[in-house]
Amino acid sequence: MDKVKTGGAVYRRLPTGLRYLINTALFALFLITITALADNRVISYSDSKVLMLIAVNIILAVSLNVATGYLGQLPLGHAGFMAVGAYTSALFMRSASAYPGQLMFPLGLILGGLVAALFGLVIGIPALRLKGDYLAIITLGFSEIIRVVILNIDSVLGFKLTFGAASLKNIPTTTTVFNAFLWAGIVCFIIHAMMKSRHGRAILSIRDNEIASESCGISTTFYKTLGFCASAFFAGIAGGLYAGYLGILSPGSFGFMKSIEILVMVVLGGMGSMLGSIIAAVALTALPELLRAFSDYRMVVYSLVLIAMMIFRPEGLMGSYDFSLGGLLERLLNRKSAPLIKEDES
Amino acid sequence: MSDMTAITTILKQILNGLQSGSIYALIALGYSMVYGIIMLLNFAHGDIIMVGAYLAWLCMVRFALNPALAVAAAVAGCTALGMLIEKAAYTPLRSSPRLSLLITAIGVSYLLENTFQLIFGAGAKTVPPFFNAKNLSFGGVVLSSNAIVTIIAAAVCMALLTLLVQKTKMGKAMRAVSEDMGAAQLMGISINRTISFTFAVGSALAGIGSVLYCTAYPQADPMMGSMLGLKAFVAAVLGGIGSIPGAMIGGLAIGLAEALVSAAGLSTWKDGVVFAILIIVLVVKPTGILGRSLNEKV
Amino acid sequence: MSRLVPVPSNSFIPERDADKTPILETHHLGIDFGGLTAVSEFNLTMGRTEITGLIGPNGAGKTTVFNLLTNVYKPSRGTILLDGVDTAGKSAAQLCRMGIARTFQNIRLFKDMTVIENVLVGLHHEMDYTLAESILRLPRYWRGEKIARNRAYELLGIFHMEDMADKLAGSLPYGAQRRLEILRALATNPSLLLLDEPAAGMNPSETAELMENIRRIRDTFGIAILLIEHDMNLVMGICEGIAVLNYGKIIAKGTPDEIRSNPEVIEAYLGKRKGG
Repeated sequence: MDKVKTGGAVYRRLPTGLRYLINTALFALFLITITALADNRVISYSDSKVLMLIAVNIILAVSLNVATGYLGQLPLGHAGFMAVGAYTSALFMRSASAYPGQLMFPLGLILGGLVAALFGLVIGIPALRLKGDYLAIITLGFSEIIRVVILNIDSVLGFKLTFGAASLKNIPTTTTVFNAFLWAGIVCFIIHAMMKSRHGRAILSIRDNEIASESCGISTTFYKTLGFCASAFFAGIAGGLYAGYLGILSPGSFGFMKSIEILVMVVLGGMGSMLGSIIAAVALTALPELLRAFSDYRMVVYSLVLIAMMIFRPEGLMGSYDFSLGGLLERLLNRKSAPLIKEDES
Repeated sequence: MSDMTAITTILKQILNGLQSGSIYALIALGYSMVYGIIMLLNFAHGDIIMVGAYLAWLCMVRFALNPALAVAAAVAGCTALGMLIEKAAYTPLRSSPRLSLLITAIGVSYLLENTFQLIFGAGAKTVPPFFNAKNLSFGGVVLSSNAIVTIIAAAVCMALLTLLVQKTKMGKAMRAVSEDMGAAQLMGISINRTISFTFAVGSALAGIGSVLYCTAYPQADPMMGSMLGLKAFVAAVLGGIGSIPGAMIGGLAIGLAEALVSAAGLSTWKDGVVFAILIIVLVVKPTGILGRSLNEKV
Repeated sequence: MSRLVPVPSNSFIPERDADKTPILETHHLGIDFGGLTAVSEFNLTMGRTEITGLIGPNGAGKTTVFNLLTNVYKPSRGTILLDGVDTAGKSAAQLCRMGIARTFQNIRLFKDMTVIENVLVGLHHEMDYTLAESILRLPRYWRGEKIARNRAYELLGIFHMEDMADKLAGSLPYGAQRRLEILRALATNPSLLLLDEPAAGMNPSETAELMENIRRIRDTFGIAILLIEHDMNLVMGICEGIAVLNYGKIIAKGTPDEIRSNPEVIEAYLGKRKGG
């Protein structure tokens, strides 16, 4: 067991390998359980659909949290990147339908993510020169343009590509509870790993004080663009999963309100808290389903909750707190192993 | 003769553009004034227009009142609603991060849309015309009287607003608070009253905007405010958010651009063009046409 | 506008540094804001291990000089040579990598990051693992992080701040925040450190300790330090050379003793005596 000196006390740390092992094992257990429950119809078909949507929304929320909570920008066009990823991977899956879906699906998702990241780069370069509300507005503008282009591109191309308002149909429904949550887990881990590195710290430092960050030798333009593209990349993956979940896409699903819906998850969860984003994504996806009985009132209740939440807990559910299982275990470990060894300070 | 038809068409489209542009401008003023004073993108502003349209419909169809009363009710109702929203939802958050305020505004917008959908259903209600006037005809060119009334009404409102902001004590207070809230308070200006008044004026303009909008598109539906509001908001940013003449210029520019795109037979690309203009302006001049830039002191 | 050609400066530097290239040389440096000249004819040469003070009344343009040296502002005139290399056209981040680090008058910490993370941001370029290596958690990531973390603890040790490593920077008391900002600047491995009012808001005993530490930092790291300060005890106590700025111009340069008795300096601080 590693012992680390902090202050005058010895703090027992779990070996990093063990922490990773515990987390991986627990995640695998969760995946196996939830897949088994869905396969054996313990969870109904419609409920498993809700679960897939939850996984998609988790990816959307944690990916927006990269741009909002970590980079400190306020993009209002996340649905645009999601749309790009969704259409890219849907078109890929339709054309690759001769090959086994579960093999092609990851390729389609990554392709969707890459194209979305490319859009992120093209949009980010002009947008990131602006600050605050102006960045919000310009990203909103770009995502609306993406929507209008998807809607009307066929008339320019002269052949059917996106099928515009008539919807892109017959997309292979390859998304399952298993792969949706697997991808959600992978995305969360990648974001976590990125943020706990020099690159992640560079991104956080820009949020806290851009001028100081530049003065520390951080190329702020590069890292802002990196954070923005990473956010777009994961939104693209979420889009691909969404396409495989729904089997049909129309540009109307990726309007301004979708972007707002994702932003609400991030803010409600607590900006900069990945756990908060996850909890809020689960709650805000499941709540409307649970409130189906009061279907007429549910959106009214939803908006009232949102307002009340902002008035009474503006920092979001979790604030900027992030949960770490290893950290929790360490705290228990150190409590049991009292008394803490005091060392003299000299 | 074909030249004549082309000119007539272009004239008509320009008139249409000015008509919708004046409506955008009136709504954009509300966004701009509120942003100027509390730095809030008031997402609920578009929905106030929706409420105005429903009030007009209620008065004329349900209660069979005189159209003049309906106009008065719509404007008064919007004003009251704007002030109520500010007091109930925004005042408690005055010292909170601006993002919380923004999310609250989105919440209020959802609330209005869904409440009205709950009460009146999702379908659109037809708002009867407020007045009957023959279209004007000049040597074969027929001009819509609705358009002319709208343009004149909007111009009068903007002139009055300019007078209010430039010449009255309250206007001076509004400018002072938007310049520096702390200093204005030290000069004995009541911040709460000034902000409340700003919301009242902005919402009254939205009320007038909703009446004018109904003369052009005589329908009220719960979601009508969101796209309308978004475009008016784009107009405000285009002109330079926080600037009153900027909002007017932005509104007219958006209205004309839409009309010309439609005239070119590309009406499905209308929204895309509006946002493309916005992006180009922001990239070239990030603060909009008449906006001021603020630099951070190092 | 073309830049002026560097000319040999008539400044003096400590004798021990005399045979080496000066760490900083500025020639005819100046900047205008809209028609207003904020700084002009700023000529300064610093030896490699020199501590220099930049003093002057409020609004004299001291912080503007710092912003010019770090390319936060683009100079209207003149040249800056850092270790003999012209810094024109470099970004503030590139300049940092070339060896200038600074602190700010209004403290600019990464408030929502921990103390050690603040220092680690300064150590960004000390680590060389790539984004992919960090995401895949490859050995180079672990090695780089470990070395950087140890280095960060060493730096925190300079001001005995190891216990605070995991506290949020924004939660530290004022004096500790100023000290952390100096450590973060040191982490970038500079050859010239610019300190903007390091003693502001400190009590006399804290200031005395800071003086000691500034001298110790210079000795251990062998770097040059240029500091802006209003506390004359500190300036006279540790600076070898002092430049006095008034209305954007250097009105006097010299050793502390020379500056103390310079009539122009006294006039700038106290005003002209009327009627002799």
